[in-house]
Amino acid sequence: MTRHFALSGEPLDEVAVRQCVDQPGAGAIVTFVGQVRNLARDHTLARDYQVERLEYEAYPEMVEATFEDIAHDVRKRFDVLDVAIHHRTGMLEIGDVSVVIAVSAAHRGPAFEACHYAIDRLKLSAPIWKKEHTPDGAVWVEDRP
Amino acid sequence: MWVTIRLFASHREAAGRESLIVELADGATAADALARACSEAPSLANAVTSVAYALNREQVSADAPLHDGDELALLPPVAGG
Repeated sequence: MTRHFALSGEPLDEVAVRQCVDQPGAGAIVTFVGQVRNLARDHTLARDYQVERLEYEAYPEMVEATFEDIAHDVRKRFDVLDVAIHHRTGMLEIGDVSVVIAVSAAHRGPAFEACHYAIDRLKLSAPIWKKEHTPDGAVWVEDRP
Repeated sequence: MWVTIRLFASHREAAGRESLIVELADGATAADALARACSEAPSLANAVTSVAYALNREQVSADAPLHDGDELALLPPVAGG
């Protein structure tokens, strides 16, 4: 049985996260999958730079409670049935999945909106950090939401 | 009173450790604990450009009062997703 909210050092199972919000009243399930890409944006210089891998660190004792808070907030704001959030930690290569969010609802509109809201809130509030490893060295990302 | 301070990411690397246990005067706040952490691990002071506080895993403000046995986490700007 997949838990609704989880932090994992192992590869995320997108299908399992979707299945854990599935229910008979669901007419739509929207799943967001975030993955590591090979470029990042330098907003000051307005140009992209190369990324080789990303290293994620979290405050494990707090992060799952934060996911529950986000899901609670999502349910208050949108007409949805269920929400699940899984996030990866450790060293991730290009193309590796860092986060999966699944939202089920009777209809697609609230499911899309709620999933978008959930990932935006996660990026703002979850106690998770990432270190970008680039050809020029490694640095913790602290300068953008 | 004794308080455990948890460090993460850039703070952890700057201080060279994941946590420290400090003794603080009664009435000390989260900000007081940060000041103590920076004096015990001077390299941390340069790394702390922006910080949020979590007291026993709940976000609090800098003036939150601490109590014996508390766990205070210093949170650098988050970057999940």
